[in-house]
Amino acid sequence: MNGKFEGKVWKYGDNINTDVIFPGKYTYQKMEPEEMAKHALEDLDPEFVSKVSEGDILVAGKNFGMGSSREQAAIAIKYAGINVIIARSFSRIYFRNAINAGMPAIIAPDAVDAIKEGDKVIVDMENGKIITPKGEFTFPSYPATVMNILKKGGLINFIKANI
Amino acid sequence: MRKTFVEKVFSNKSGKDVRAGAIVSVEPDYVMSHDNAAAISGTFKKIGVSRIKYPERVVIILDHEVPAPKESSAINHKEIRNFVKEQNIQNFFDINHGICHQIFTEQGFAMPGKLIVGSDSHTTTYGALGALSAGIGRSEVAAIWATGELWFSVPETIKIVINGIMPKYITPKDIALYIIGKIGSDGADYKAVEFSGDTINRMTVPERMVLSNMAAEMGAKCGYTPPDHNTFDYLRGRAKSEYESLYSDEDAVFSNIFKFNVEDVSPSVAKPHTVDNLASIKDVEGTKIDQALIGTCTNGRLEDLRAAAEVMEGKKVKVRTLIIPASRTVYKEAIKSGIIETLVDSGAIILNPGCGPCLGAHQGVMAPGEVTFSTANRNFKGRMGCRDAEIYLGSPVTVALAALTGEITDPRRES
Repeated sequence: MNGKFEGKVWKYGDNINTDVIFPGKYTYQKMEPEEMAKHALEDLDPEFVSKVSEGDILVAGKNFGMGSSREQAAIAIKYAGINVIIARSFSRIYFRNAINAGMPAIIAPDAVDAIKEGDKVIVDMENGKIITPKGEFTFPSYPATVMNILKKGGLINFIKANI
Repeated sequence: MRKTFVEKVFSNKSGKDVRAGAIVSVEPDYVMSHDNAAAISGTFKKIGVSRIKYPERVVIILDHEVPAPKESSAINHKEIRNFVKEQNIQNFFDINHGICHQIFTEQGFAMPGKLIVGSDSHTTTYGALGALSAGIGRSEVAAIWATGELWFSVPETIKIVINGIMPKYITPKDIALYIIGKIGSDGADYKAVEFSGDTINRMTVPERMVLSNMAAEMGAKCGYTPPDHNTFDYLRGRAKSEYESLYSDEDAVFSNIFKFNVEDVSPSVAKPHTVDNLASIKDVEGTKIDQALIGTCTNGRLEDLRAAAEVMEGKKVKVRTLIIPASRTVYKEAIKSGIIETLVDSGAIILNPGCGPCLGAHQGVMAPGEVTFSTANRNFKGRMGCRDAEIYLGSPVTVALAALTGEITDPRRES
């Protein structure tokens, strides 16, 4: 993870659940991350994977990723090209899965309200800032444990480096 | 003093005096996984460690796609069996046992004061036994296999107090759906939930398991019930080890307290496509259904099957009716007590213990436009394998009755 992300926004609503992010019928099929990415948001927005580009930013309402513990719901979105998700709030397991996959999950309700789909947005991780067409917003920095996992690109890389 | 249950567990585990908001790295007592152990073993191998650090803390229970519906599932299972052998994992339960949360509890792994994690969101279920149990992701399980530990944030605790005598036809499932409808599917997001009140005190362990299981649908990290004589009776001759019951201090700080009177609860239904889309049964009465499903980790225990059999005895079903005992033990007891015969006579199909149709991976898939009334815990769009079908959630009593009438029906009207 480098310190800054800049990308175009795809925006969705509240309570987006893991079944519409990555349908249960694929959960026990063995897939590489690139294959998972082909099903990202399949039952929410079937067009998503064809319109998303590398480096885009996902913005959502409250309780993003509620439901199942399936990690593919984070990995599929990451490998579809999304580098960072900004939401009003995240479901607990999804928040962990995103961090552990090396994808920052940022809680910033004011920024979510200000951002429109298609906006160009900059996320500055080191300084806890989101720069949008409607102005700058701040978010609290992560605890050191979480930041270290993100810096290594996820939990597994973090453990490899520390074992 | 002034500590909540979860603050005590994480303080014990970390050897530090920690409070809500702290981040700790600690060693869970058990780490559970199921069919996803195949994928987890792949991640584990990528870490570069040859042996699981504490194999005796690993529990693997195959339940999600059992027996294998297709070659890819069979390969998954085979890889898991090979891995179990290679790593000498003793706590392995193959496809003939039942649903992971039921087996984990029946086998006595769920105990008061323990820190338990699992790669399944309904790992919250063991809170019914006084454990701190939480769902985690697959990479996190691989990390624990390799290092024995994982990072946790110590959550704030919400207290949910439930008082009153349960009216006729009201079950713990109705109470759970009612509470989720009131506080929302993120009402307890990233918080611990502690259940209390005289209604909870009177509940059996299987009844409490319904509430702790459904705590996941409030977004909770865990759904703890303070252990009492019911808990200790259940664990006698069953607990895998010694345990220490932990309780919140009387002056512990809760981030919120919700109080409910169970006499205000009517038979509850969650409408498509979210669990907090609560309806009183009166508002959805007459909704036609194509399939009824009674079982899953929420409502597949003996009490649930008995409640369904009492409704269905001597009558015939009007729609496809699927019954799934939560475990082989439950199945056998249901056979011995005549419950299975009653259900089969009514025209129901008995499926083998497992997750079955709940998550759309196996059996009971719907066609577009169809409706299932289910005792499961989720009704998300596409959940049962078809994105153009609908799922309503209810108790074993209301689902059994709808199986007979072909539509959602108020049990209070029928009596």
